[in-house]
Amino acid sequence: MCDTPAILSCDNVSIRYQVGDFKSIGLKEWVMRRLTGNYKVVDFWADRDVSFSLDHGDMLGIIGANGAGKSTLLKVIAGIMEPTKGRVVRNGRVVALLELGSGFDGDLTVRENAYLRGALLGYTRKFMDEMYEVIVGFAQLKEFEDRPFKQLSSGMKSRLAFAIASMVKPEILILDEVLAVGDGAFRAKSEAKMREIIGGGATTILVSHAIDQVREMCNKVLWLDKGMQVEFTDDVKGCCDRYELFLKEGST
Amino acid sequence: MFEELVKRDFKKKYKRTILGVGWSMLSPLLMLLVMKVVFGQFFGRETPHYTTYLFCGLLTFNWFSGSASAGMRSLFGNAGIFTKVNVPKYLFIFSANMQVLFNFVLTLLVFFVFCALDKVSFSWKFLCLLYPVVTLSIFNLGVGMVLSALFIFFRDIDYLWEVFMRLLMYGSAIFYSIDDMPARLQLVFACNPIYRHIAYFREVVLDGAVPSVSTHLVLAAFAVAAFAAGAWMYRRYNTKFLYYV
Repeated sequence: MCDTPAILSCDNVSIRYQVGDFKSIGLKEWVMRRLTGNYKVVDFWADRDVSFSLDHGDMLGIIGANGAGKSTLLKVIAGIMEPTKGRVVRNGRVVALLELGSGFDGDLTVRENAYLRGALLGYTRKFMDEMYEVIVGFAQLKEFEDRPFKQLSSGMKSRLAFAIASMVKPEILILDEVLAVGDGAFRAKSEAKMREIIGGGATTILVSHAIDQVREMCNKVLWLDKGMQVEFTDDVKGCCDRYELFLKEGST
Repeated sequence: MFEELVKRDFKKKYKRTILGVGWSMLSPLLMLLVMKVVFGQFFGRETPHYTTYLFCGLLTFNWFSGSASAGMRSLFGNAGIFTKVNVPKYLFIFSANMQVLFNFVLTLLVFFVFCALDKVSFSWKFLCLLYPVVTLSIFNLGVGMVLSALFIFFRDIDYLWEVFMRLLMYGSAIFYSIDDMPARLQLVFACNPIYRHIAYFREVVLDGAVPSVSTHLVLAAFAVAAFAAGAWMYRRYNTKFLYYV
């Protein structure tokens, strides 16, 4: 196992956003500002020189305050964005659960949304036919399956999203504050499911503000602060302690 | 995945509309009626089978205009999906186009009924009509890709496009004939892809002729050019759209 290449590695990944006049201004405004020299674009680095690598079966927790660049990093790992600098190497199929509950269509029913989402995640129709009952059962949405999606509560939406995504057996699973949703009972259930997936050998990345959850479930941790990498270590406990201390100092 | 997207677009379109599919066939017919009444007196006298002549134009033009505007919004409309899941983005445009293509096919059937009522003689040559349908489909996809990308960058492009479409409508000889126009003006029409498709339809349906090889090549060239432009934009901006939504 030791000499197999890392299943996921990031080398000096930096991501730049541009902020300022360039978006949502429309063509007329864009032309006017270009002509008058009023066009201003400011670079903003969401992540700078982040490097880490994960092996088979690792569970990485990413911690950091709001705006530390966690979600942006996940988008790059998922392949939704390209890093401005550096590179990401993935040796497996990635399934990303980012901001659950979004990306569904409010006018379609639960059933239709489930199939659509499944298709977007690359499941075949046959697979969905087989798994549909399991998914709805897991999400406890059986009695809502023909309701339009917009009538569901946000907790229900997240439950469905989690249920669909967890049916697949990805090599790399990315979770953005997923476990923070749902009520107590569902949370316990989803944690159990998560353990099952990790037990099945998936490499998992978890972004969470629940520091205890990271402490409990992860074997590696990456700490980001304002886009900079503070630590990447397998000393989860030590890093979490230092992070908590850092948060405390920041608030006093 | 494509299948599911298409299904979604269909369901969304026809959900909660009683007339549903019927309406999408009725609206071009109403437009046909209006044009027939308004222009019939002016242009209808010299043009035989004027209703069919009009319908050829409307059929083709409406398909293009529907496709372009559906395509333009399709990428932005799915922003919630492509910022969260890594999917090939052109699928959204393809799916939106399927919807409009379906409408077109229905209208085409009505068109044939009108041809029969107008006592146009049918022949095996009607099979040639498949050719402009294919080239215009590809052309529409290309235009849809270009517009949808532009729409992401410049949200006000739809107003400009509307103005352009109005211009194009008057410039596609839908309700008049260009036969008596000076040669230089006719050359301008020859550069209009929509007009070329309309003309192809008319040549087959009204003249019972098979258009020339050069006409076929021109239509193919339009389709390839538009599609290449769209594909180029999507390759270039594939990971950049996200910053703009």
